[in-house]
Amino acid sequence: MYAQMIKSTGQNVKSPEEMDPQERAFQERVDAGEKIEPKDWMPEGYRRTLIRQIGQHAHSEIVGQLPEGNWITRAPTLERKAILLAKVQDEAGHGLYLYCAAETLGVSRDHLTRDLLSGKMKYSSIFNYPTLTWADMGAVGWLVDGAAIMNQVPLQRTSYGPYARAMVRICKEESFHQRQGFDIMMKMANGTEAQRKMAQDALNRFWYPSLMMFGPSDENSVHSAQNMAWKIKMNTNDELRQKFVDQTAPQAAFLGLTIPDEHLKWNEARGHYDFSEPDWDEFFDVLKGNGPCSADRMEARNRAWDEGAWVREGLLAHAEKKKARKVAAE
Amino acid sequence: MTDPLFEFLCRLGDNTLVLGHRVSEWCGVAPVLEEDIALANTALDLIGQTTMWLNLAGEVEGAGRDADALAFRRDVWDFRNLLLVEQPNGDFGQTMMRQFLFDAWHVLYLTELEKSSDARVAAIAEKSLKEARYHLDRASETVIGLGDGTEESNARMQAALDRLWPYVGEMFDSDAVDMDMVAKGIAPDPGTLRPGFDATVNPVLRKATLTRPESDFAHRGGRSGARHSEHLGHLLTQMQWLQRAYPDATW
Repeated sequence: MYAQMIKSTGQNVKSPEEMDPQERAFQERVDAGEKIEPKDWMPEGYRRTLIRQIGQHAHSEIVGQLPEGNWITRAPTLERKAILLAKVQDEAGHGLYLYCAAETLGVSRDHLTRDLLSGKMKYSSIFNYPTLTWADMGAVGWLVDGAAIMNQVPLQRTSYGPYARAMVRICKEESFHQRQGFDIMMKMANGTEAQRKMAQDALNRFWYPSLMMFGPSDENSVHSAQNMAWKIKMNTNDELRQKFVDQTAPQAAFLGLTIPDEHLKWNEARGHYDFSEPDWDEFFDVLKGNGPCSADRMEARNRAWDEGAWVREGLLAHAEKKKARKVAAE
Repeated sequence: MTDPLFEFLCRLGDNTLVLGHRVSEWCGVAPVLEEDIALANTALDLIGQTTMWLNLAGEVEGAGRDADALAFRRDVWDFRNLLLVEQPNGDFGQTMMRQFLFDAWHVLYLTELEKSSDARVAAIAEKSLKEARYHLDRASETVIGLGDGTEESNARMQAALDRLWPYVGEMFDSDAVDMDMVAKGIAPDPGTLRPGFDATVNPVLRKATLTRPESDFAHRGGRSGARHSEHLGHLLTQMQWLQRAYPDATW
């Protein structure tokens, strides 16, 4: 889940009687499963919330390149290096589709980028955690991409057309990412003593941050209720988290790894695993910019942007000169 | 004496390996998102080419080494890449200038290798050439765009060209390995490619409003392995670390 804690209007969902005719017609289209397209009328709150959500998702793809980029130059084989490069390239591509989807709502990529760099807009909390061993490349693919898929598969049915279509392409690639992550984990878990140790350590460090990706319980949140009514959000955070745990627990067992939660247990009556909540204080600290790598990530993105300014200006100046020469020649 | 064919294949594979590594260092920090994608794509192509060249080198050597063994378990003096490709990235302009100079040579060399008497070499060259042509187009466009951009971008591109030009000459050196390849019809004499290189590079530099350095002084020692720059050791330290630290592991 690459978008967390997306604020909406902050108001309770309006009943049909409280809506004006335009709003009511809009809600009826959403309820009927129709897609909303860029030129259609939409409530201002819907537009703003979508910009926040798609923008945060795009930023997550961009910042998400960093923890994996951290290992590209140290990948242990040529094949692993190629796969990781392809994956990070996909992520940059996802960022691009998502910024394009956000642009259809009337906000430019540069504007969103400035809001990221100033800290006004957020990216997923997960990318503020360090990748310390090669097994982390496995854990990121298996757990982080796995959690992202949980959220993104339903978003293929989201009400906003450009977002839903971007998500269809993204989901195809994400499932490849998750498989390659699991493949690394299998190699590590079945490898030497040191590799098994790395695999378990990666799971220990990434388990709770992965659960945090879904955000705290939002059953009683007005933001969540409005976003679900608009079909910007398709499931509650707790539903998705449960689904993730149910899927991941047997995979960990298959790998012979231990999920770092002594309360994790299959509950026959519920038909689900019981598990411990992550430390939500840590989550809110990370959101405030106190994640282990928050400062590093922001510094890296700001440096890339600042040091790239002359390149962007140079290419723009050249494009303008070319245009002027063409006009002069005509 | 080492088999000249093995030496020749290591030169090709080490060029793409070391350059691919350098380009991959840009991951996530390029000046604009489209460049992140393009640089990752270039690195990916180069690593793919490396796998083909070094696997063939291992096969020719017949000592049981594959591409990974050659890439991750040799030390500096066994590397046969051009000095140009091991030079640090510098700013984005220097990275793209290095790419442009390499691609201009690479396209010419691969074009000749497509006609190689060794079918395996010809097949790898054919596949690589498609990618190299695309890299050259893109690098040329970038060099022109930044050279003919702002005052600052022009100055930076000129500085990059001046900095890297002394590494151009090595691409056209010929030695006993090359002569052996020529005699067997496997590869061209690199010395014959210089006019073609000038014909590719000069018009791009002109459009970029950049001045080609007057001196053709050339640093040497990469493709022979006699004297690499200090930079290669650091690159290998990073690249080979896992394989060296955990020699019993498979990944």
